[in-house]
Amino acid sequence: MKNRFLSIIIVLLVACALPFLVSNYRTFQLTLVLVYAIALLGLNLLTGYSGQISLGHGAFYALGAYCAAILMAKAGWPYWTTVPVAGAVCLVAGFLFGLPALRLEGLYLALATFALGVAMPQLLKYHHLEALTGGVQGIVIEKPSAPFGLPLNPDRWLYFFTLVVAIVMFVLAWNLVRGRVGRALVAIRDQPVAAEAMGVNGALYKSAAFGVSAMYTGVAGALGAIAVQFVAPDSFNVFLSITLLVGVVVGGLASISGALYGAFFIQFVPNIADEISKAAPWAIFGAFMLGFVYLMPTGVAGAVRLLSAKRRSP
Amino acid sequence: MEALLHQVMAGLATGGIYASLALALVMIYQATHLVNFAQGEMAMFSTYLAWSLLEAGLPYWAVFALAVVISFLLGILIERIVVRPVENAPVLAVVTVFIALLVILNSLAGWIYTYTIKPFPSPFPAGLALGGFMSPHEVGAICVTLLVLVALYVFFRFTPLGLAMRAAAQNPASARLVGIRVGWMLALGWGLAAAVGAVAGMMVAPIVYLDPNMMSGILLYAFAAALVGGIDSPMGAVIGGFAVGVLENLLGAYLIGNELKLSVALVIIVGVLLVKPSGFFGKVQVTRV
Amino acid sequence: MLLEAKNLRAAYGETRVLHGLDFAIEKGSITALLGANGAGKTTTLRALCAMVRTEGEIRFDGASLAGLRTEDIVRRGVAHVPDGRGTFLHLTTEENLRLGAYARRDRGEVEADVERMFGYFPRLRERRAQQAGTLSGGEQQMLAVSRALMLRPKLMLLDEPSFGLAPLLVRELFSILSEIRDREGVSMMLVEQNAAMALDLADRAYLIETGRVVLQGSSQQLKSNDSVRRSYLGY
Repeated sequence: MKNRFLSIIIVLLVACALPFLVSNYRTFQLTLVLVYAIALLGLNLLTGYSGQISLGHGAFYALGAYCAAILMAKAGWPYWTTVPVAGAVCLVAGFLFGLPALRLEGLYLALATFALGVAMPQLLKYHHLEALTGGVQGIVIEKPSAPFGLPLNPDRWLYFFTLVVAIVMFVLAWNLVRGRVGRALVAIRDQPVAAEAMGVNGALYKSAAFGVSAMYTGVAGALGAIAVQFVAPDSFNVFLSITLLVGVVVGGLASISGALYGAFFIQFVPNIADEISKAAPWAIFGAFMLGFVYLMPTGVAGAVRLLSAKRRSP
Repeated sequence: MEALLHQVMAGLATGGIYASLALALVMIYQATHLVNFAQGEMAMFSTYLAWSLLEAGLPYWAVFALAVVISFLLGILIERIVVRPVENAPVLAVVTVFIALLVILNSLAGWIYTYTIKPFPSPFPAGLALGGFMSPHEVGAICVTLLVLVALYVFFRFTPLGLAMRAAAQNPASARLVGIRVGWMLALGWGLAAAVGAVAGMMVAPIVYLDPNMMSGILLYAFAAALVGGIDSPMGAVIGGFAVGVLENLLGAYLIGNELKLSVALVIIVGVLLVKPSGFFGKVQVTRV
Repeated sequence: MLLEAKNLRAAYGETRVLHGLDFAIEKGSITALLGANGAGKTTTLRALCAMVRTEGEIRFDGASLAGLRTEDIVRRGVAHVPDGRGTFLHLTTEENLRLGAYARRDRGEVEADVERMFGYFPRLRERRAQQAGTLSGGEQQMLAVSRALMLRPKLMLLDEPSFGLAPLLVRELFSILSEIRDREGVSMMLVEQNAAMALDLADRAYLIETGRVVLQGSSQQLKSNDSVRRSYLGY
């Protein structure tokens, strides 16, 4: 336990130091890693702990991103208020989508969410909503700068802002998973009939899980929009949802640290792969997905757990 | 009135494409109880292969036949190599493998053939047919779809191999007890589905132009069609396909405009899964307890 | 010996069910496998067909069955009528029958065999175009046996063929099985809880308890064995 605590402290210290050691562009990329980590945490709560599959979480990311963009650009709200709003909106939206969706099992939920993911860009481009969403062109957002005249450039400030939100979200997730809710979810996932018999209201928990996971992804979307300073429909197509799936598979299911491993993977691999060819990132993602499913189904987090277990018991 | 008829006819034409792809989905579902998310990309890839053969100078119908055969073999290969390891794995693993397949095929096509849109020829003459309501290609596409359906029906109903495939899909344990090599039946199912998908791709490419992303929307409609008809009913898939095609066109023309058409598919999918999960002609329970 | 099993062990996952069975089936005979619920009778038949994780030696018709898959063992001439009958419920009676002959090379004889099955079980002829799921329990049992016979097997394994059938039907079925053994030379292994009827039909019998053979002999010997009479025959 002490070791775990120590490693978290070290990670946090490194995280705080990094922006001062690398370029602004790298800091921006690290901010995106944090954003993805939050989104992956959300998807992991749904898929790893609650056992439901979503191929449409990109839609909730989009919802959160557009919430932030619309509030900032059209209503002039300050950037930091948009994050909790995006979270709340997605919590409700996710819960509502989860209510009917929980009747669907495995493959069929995947199918329905896949449809959501594919249809999202069209919904965002709908011309009746253009006044709000900016249509095909999207919305441009102003980059926030550090408050109270703090001596941080905008990239660094945004990084720390995102870091704080990320820490909050991770702690929240940790509590959820360790507590009654987490245990209930795992019970429902592994032995639904027995769980019902013990008085766990499966339907409610599953919808709530969907809602919470959507909330996380929405928060990530808002933070991502602020970081990138731009939202447009075509960036939120089904490939975003698939990217999140890749992150969860590679990072590791039912694991909080997995979200970080996965986030690093999905942020940096395409950058490297892009040098090879435009098509390469996805071919590599696909190859990694297959590789992990066949060879390392518990993801990087699972492998790390195995290794540290081996070291502890020689 | 004329406009309505035109929309219905055009809907039947695209409906034929949805029906073909839905048929491929149903065939794989019947054999494996799995939904092949990569069906669209497999069809797209087959169409690109056909395009290469056409560029090499071969005549259309020879290319058509070759593309179908090659796709059949590729389907078998994919089942044996990619799908077999996860046949009994948890659902997430299976879904991940299918999505990986989707993504790999999509990027392979983009890498080999680039993302520039290419025209794909139709074997049917240009102009108008049927009193001006449809193009000869649209008529031809419907005819081809129906021909494929009839051929498959005859195969499954009247040949020993078709009977064996049906048996293996319904009850693999009993099928083994009569000596059926269930694993190969699965591979054959994938081969046939891939072949049908190739036909669908070659029929739709002249309309929407060849591009690595051409099938994603169509796949969605095929899902909707297969669910409406009943995910384990081939006839349902075909009827569902035509129904969805017409519905899409009518809604697009008169109610919601062409922009939200994919949302129609989404609504159909979610609606059917909630209200009548076994579809209109299916018998299977959708929720596994 | 048509089939010889030595030190047959089988397990479902981690649970070992058979702890080293030794038995043999003579050509042209009917052998009964008796025992209480949970003794491992069904598992034995499944082990012979590689439907469950098996260790030990099985020799059939002179060759070892080790490492072969179910469908390959079937193709060597072993027909298995499983408990629950394994009928293809959504296919017609006739389609079920024809599937039984799937592994055969001599397609021309299949028609004649279909007729022969209808000869043994006339009720099936009436229902030939009906969906097999609509047949009664007894008819499905007859269909299952016929399907197995369509293979022209050397050995037929029957798992609780009397299950759920009225005594009169069981008598009818067993007399047909005896006739088939005489006329066509098909050897059989019969798993039965109904020990009395099984011993009437069979030539030899094995009694197993918790995965081990505890008694073997001719059916006459078992019928006159005191403990068998008390525990399994009820007198």
